[in-house]
Amino acid sequence: MPEVVQATNSPIAVTPKKDNEWLLIIKRLLRNKLAFLGLIIIILQIAMALLAPIIATHDPVKQDLSASELPVFSEDHWLGTDNYGRDVWSRIVYGSQISLLVGIVAVVLGLLGGVTLGLLGGYYKKLDGIIMRFVDLLFSFPGILLAMLIIAVLGTSLVNVAIAISIWSIPSCARIVRGSVLSIKEKEYIMAMKSVGASDLRIMIKHILPNCFAPIIVFATMRMATAILSTAALSYLGLGAQPPTPEWGSMISQGQAFMWSSPHLTIVPGIAIMLTVFAFNVLGDGLRDAIDPNMNV
Amino acid sequence: MNVADDNGRRKTLLEINQLKKYYPIKGGLLQRVQSHVKAVENVSFKLYEGESLGVVGESGCGKSTLGKAILGLEELTAGTVKFKETEIQSLRKKEKLKFVKEMQMIFQDPFASLNPRQKIGPAIAEVFSIHTSMSSKEKKLAVLDLLKEVGLKEEHYDRFPHEFSGGQRQRIGIARAICLNPSFIICDEAVSALDVSVQAQVLKLLKTLQQKYQLSYMFISHDLGVVRYFCDRVLVMYLGNTVEEGKVEDLYNAPLHPYTQALLSAIPRPSIEKKRNRIRLQGDLPNPADPPSGCPFHTRCPIARTQCMEEKPQWREYGEEHYAACHFAGESIFKEAK
Repeated sequence: MPEVVQATNSPIAVTPKKDNEWLLIIKRLLRNKLAFLGLIIIILQIAMALLAPIIATHDPVKQDLSASELPVFSEDHWLGTDNYGRDVWSRIVYGSQISLLVGIVAVVLGLLGGVTLGLLGGYYKKLDGIIMRFVDLLFSFPGILLAMLIIAVLGTSLVNVAIAISIWSIPSCARIVRGSVLSIKEKEYIMAMKSVGASDLRIMIKHILPNCFAPIIVFATMRMATAILSTAALSYLGLGAQPPTPEWGSMISQGQAFMWSSPHLTIVPGIAIMLTVFAFNVLGDGLRDAIDPNMNV
Repeated sequence: MNVADDNGRRKTLLEINQLKKYYPIKGGLLQRVQSHVKAVENVSFKLYEGESLGVVGESGCGKSTLGKAILGLEELTAGTVKFKETEIQSLRKKEKLKFVKEMQMIFQDPFASLNPRQKIGPAIAEVFSIHTSMSSKEKKLAVLDLLKEVGLKEEHYDRFPHEFSGGQRQRIGIARAICLNPSFIICDEAVSALDVSVQAQVLKLLKTLQQKYQLSYMFISHDLGVVRYFCDRVLVMYLGNTVEEGKVEDLYNAPLHPYTQALLSAIPRPSIEKKRNRIRLQGDLPNPADPPSGCPFHTRCPIARTQCMEEKPQWREYGEEHYAACHFAGESIFKEAK
């Protein structure tokens, strides 16, 4: 058709291809020094967890009563040993595996539940009331109490800790997703998809969900911090990792009996928990600012 | 440009009968329905094959709601929508899908009507996934053809919506609308967001496609100049009601309803002659939740009389295919306004 006028390639409108949105977000994130620090700590920690067998100097559960309660910077044990003579550094290294793993599993499970509920609630007005009341119900329990309740029902183990923490993350995730869905479903491109006959499921998965990724990612990062802290807390209470598993929370709880004679048994895992939680929190904050300065999560 | 059957009569494609769309206003302690916003009130019209029907009116007069209601994007409060002799408003979802292919919509805002996270090739191909069982290769070829058809290039396939200009995006919207070979397209302010030169290009494209595929358009717009250029017949709406309908020439040359007269007098026209008679309507559009009694226009009508406040005017034929709803249709408003 010769009479069709070719659309002109206006130089202003066509942005260079490599400037895609996520790249911009990462650039903005790296400009934020605190978030950058958080990212580095997290990367180091992931490396530590993955390379644990290489980095650890000793077997984390091997007892050596002849070298018990060695202080920090002792020969052969730079972070000392605990009351059974286990190397604290190796236990910290292996403990990071557990913290990260439980954190990731808990967050992923929590996202699955929360995103599903949030999508359904936000999209279908009729389901909204029921789902949000259920969410309110979960909200009404103090988090740690809810987790303890779930563990009391399921039994003590790290898997159950992950499940408990994930259930605890569901309500806030559902609320965040629902909020985004409510605003996105009124957009014209959703109307456009309806007008070409797209099914509700297709609209929800392919068109609404990708557009609420930003708040979900921020939520997931922040939630990692909470999950790791809660795992430690539950293990400290004896509901999570069981001895001799090297878990940071249980290390603190075992070390507190020797708080005066060997303070490093509580301080070292305490610092590990603090650094991790701090890293995830500042990264989450940075991500939120990088994705949209006006967004409120 | 109308398609005539053997008897020289035009074939009806779409027939709207007494269509109503009310939105409930909820309030009070128990969120009970207190009243309704009457967005569309008793609208009836026919659309023939191959023609363009313009729908004009102020913002908030129910033009877009009417379009969405016809497509089934809004549930009807009452009335029927007959498309190719089938009443489609009561069909179930699966049966409706057949008609969805035939009726499409081009949206007002080319920036908002595309998913920002989807490349435009896959965005158009998705329509094929919904309605056909084409392989992904076939889909891609079909989409590339479509892109060329609407004046875009093949390399645009893998670009995101934000990489296009407004006019290009509207072309993408058009490609998406025509990809299933529809016979009827609603253009909801399709060119209003574009600047004038791009408007002309897009209108030209729409006309070309109309000739090629025998399309019928329902062209919703507030731009009377564009409607005059583009459409065969015009429907004028005011506060959810149709106030006048007629062929473009008749309606523009001899408007019957005072509202139409006022609208037409507001078209900006460059002229070296002395100042034209221009009617400026007083006041705002009345609240559609609480429409005035009698004729909905009487609160702003320069020739309103007592009869207009009490009695709702009938929809009457005044000339060939020229209808209006006014007790004093044809009376000029110009002598009243000094």
